[in-house]
Amino acid sequence: MNLNPKLFDADVEQAPIRQGFGEGLLEAGRADERVVAMCCDLTESTKMDAFAKEFPQRFFEMGIMEQSAASVASGMAAMGKIPFVSSYAMFSPGRNWEQIRTTICYNDRPVKIVGSHAGVSVGPDGGTHQAVEDIALTRVIPRMVVITPCDSIEAKKATLAMAKTSSPTYIRLAREKTPIITTVDTPFEIGKAQIFYRPEGVKVSVGIIACGSLVYNAIMAAHELAGEGIGAVVMNIGTVKPMDREAVIALAKECGAIVTVEEHQVAGGMGSAVAEILAVEHPTRMKFVGVQDEFGQSGTPLELIEHYGMGKDSIKEAVKSLI
Amino acid sequence: MAHLHDDKTKFLEEKALEIRTSIVESLVEAKSGHTAGPLGMADIFTAFYFHILKQDPKNPTWEERDRVVLSNGHICPVLYAVMAHAGYFPVEELKTLRKFGSRLQGHPHREWLPMLETSSGPLGQGLSQAVGMALVDRLDRGHNSNRTVYCFLGDGELNEGQVWEAAMLAGKEKLHNLVAIVDRNNIQIDGFTENIMPLEPLALKLAAFGWHVLEIDGHNMESIVDAVDQARAIFEKPSVIIAHTIPGKGVEMFQRDYKWHGNPPNKEQGANAMVELRTLGGQIMSEHE
Repeated sequence: MNLNPKLFDADVEQAPIRQGFGEGLLEAGRADERVVAMCCDLTESTKMDAFAKEFPQRFFEMGIMEQSAASVASGMAAMGKIPFVSSYAMFSPGRNWEQIRTTICYNDRPVKIVGSHAGVSVGPDGGTHQAVEDIALTRVIPRMVVITPCDSIEAKKATLAMAKTSSPTYIRLAREKTPIITTVDTPFEIGKAQIFYRPEGVKVSVGIIACGSLVYNAIMAAHELAGEGIGAVVMNIGTVKPMDREAVIALAKECGAIVTVEEHQVAGGMGSAVAEILAVEHPTRMKFVGVQDEFGQSGTPLELIEHYGMGKDSIKEAVKSLI
Repeated sequence: MAHLHDDKTKFLEEKALEIRTSIVESLVEAKSGHTAGPLGMADIFTAFYFHILKQDPKNPTWEERDRVVLSNGHICPVLYAVMAHAGYFPVEELKTLRKFGSRLQGHPHREWLPMLETSSGPLGQGLSQAVGMALVDRLDRGHNSNRTVYCFLGDGELNEGQVWEAAMLAGKEKLHNLVAIVDRNNIQIDGFTENIMPLEPLALKLAAFGWHVLEIDGHNMESIVDAVDQARAIFEKPSVIIAHTIPGKGVEMFQRDYKWHGNPPNKEQGANAMVELRTLGGQIMSEHE
């Protein structure tokens, strides 16, 4: 998979996932002049600033109006553009869900919704700004593609890939710096899951399916478990929808038990999507690591990830409970 | 577009009557749907589809066409009727309105009827889409573009905050290629607009948002055409035409009664309406009587 050779080092490089989006958008803009971008008063924060600087004519400042912005983007797409709309995930797709459903997805327009600052790891801003419902909100809409990059490099590849499709797409980004897991050589394809960690010399008994910023925690948990003689395989499911059914089923068949890990409500999230597949195709014992029907609160990202049971040790516990 | 001469005015007025007849027929057949709005907007839609619009019904994806966004999708019986009569699809198809498998969905859906610019129904979303279209038109064609984006809105839907977000953005961007037409018929589902959520002083509000505001009698063909001409001549801001219309116009029983906003006529009411329309309210007597 050509992952970062320093992945297991204490000083592994870190970068915010949103940064990769910014780099990808700029490159997509250079490659295709149909790409336009619009932001709701969060241009620097959502990393649209480089695009805005290089392509001022193709950048539109919407002001703080996420609902209208989604529909304006639909109108732009109707005229042949590929619009990227960015805000915080709480407000887009949080506040403007029905505009996304009707004017983008029902209309079948290739608008790309960019939700930054997703998850409790937003930290001190508190529960109002911690979107832990956005995967559920977007994956339930017909036609919508949902991408949750695990690091900055994957976010860049995902951004470039989604700029080339005609599908309405949601990409979920995180605010804080997180460890770099992949390299420029790691393959990325929308709809394809990948095994990121497979222990050597240990019998595999649990599959961990993780997405977004928590893929790193999942890998670290599996690595420690391997040292304890417990075999856990980690799959990065970069696209929540359409989900890579074959890969999910194959992992469940191989391991016999599945733990899903996401910085999102357990209800309706990535784990639910995995369960929807397995319940029908290959009923498998499961545990869901994620937010358990609660709102977030202020704190440091690390404190909050631990508090809501999404840290490395919580993942290890979930794996052990299935053995 | 050319100014109206007497013959063209007469032609449009007769065409509007035909459109109203088609609307009533399709609603009776559908057994559900909205009556007041479509009849009230019949004159304006006739003026657009038979005189004002730059369009080619046989080539609906023609790049040079004007763009039409119907924001209040529930008045689609009038849109379907003018589109069918203008040649976009067979007039016979109007009888499939709201039926299973019909291209004429209860609220317009462009996936089913691709010659629509957009799907609509949930209120307040059309103006934003029209603003997006106008922004791209200007981005791609500059100020010399000869395309106009028209957005039709109901007055009740101006309750939606999103409309004012879009109005603010259009004002900021000075979108001269955007013309909004508000159907000021004073009714919405629960009653009269000024009782439900007052809009007045509407013209002043829109002007304050940076729009050039025109007010017309929405049943006068010459006023309709003149207003659009004037709107297109305004170069430094978007224009809005507040069209004062009578909901249910053309059939006494439906007129000015908000109860006809969301209900269709039954067979008997429909038959009476047809007689009234065809005799112009009793002004024309059948030679058989």
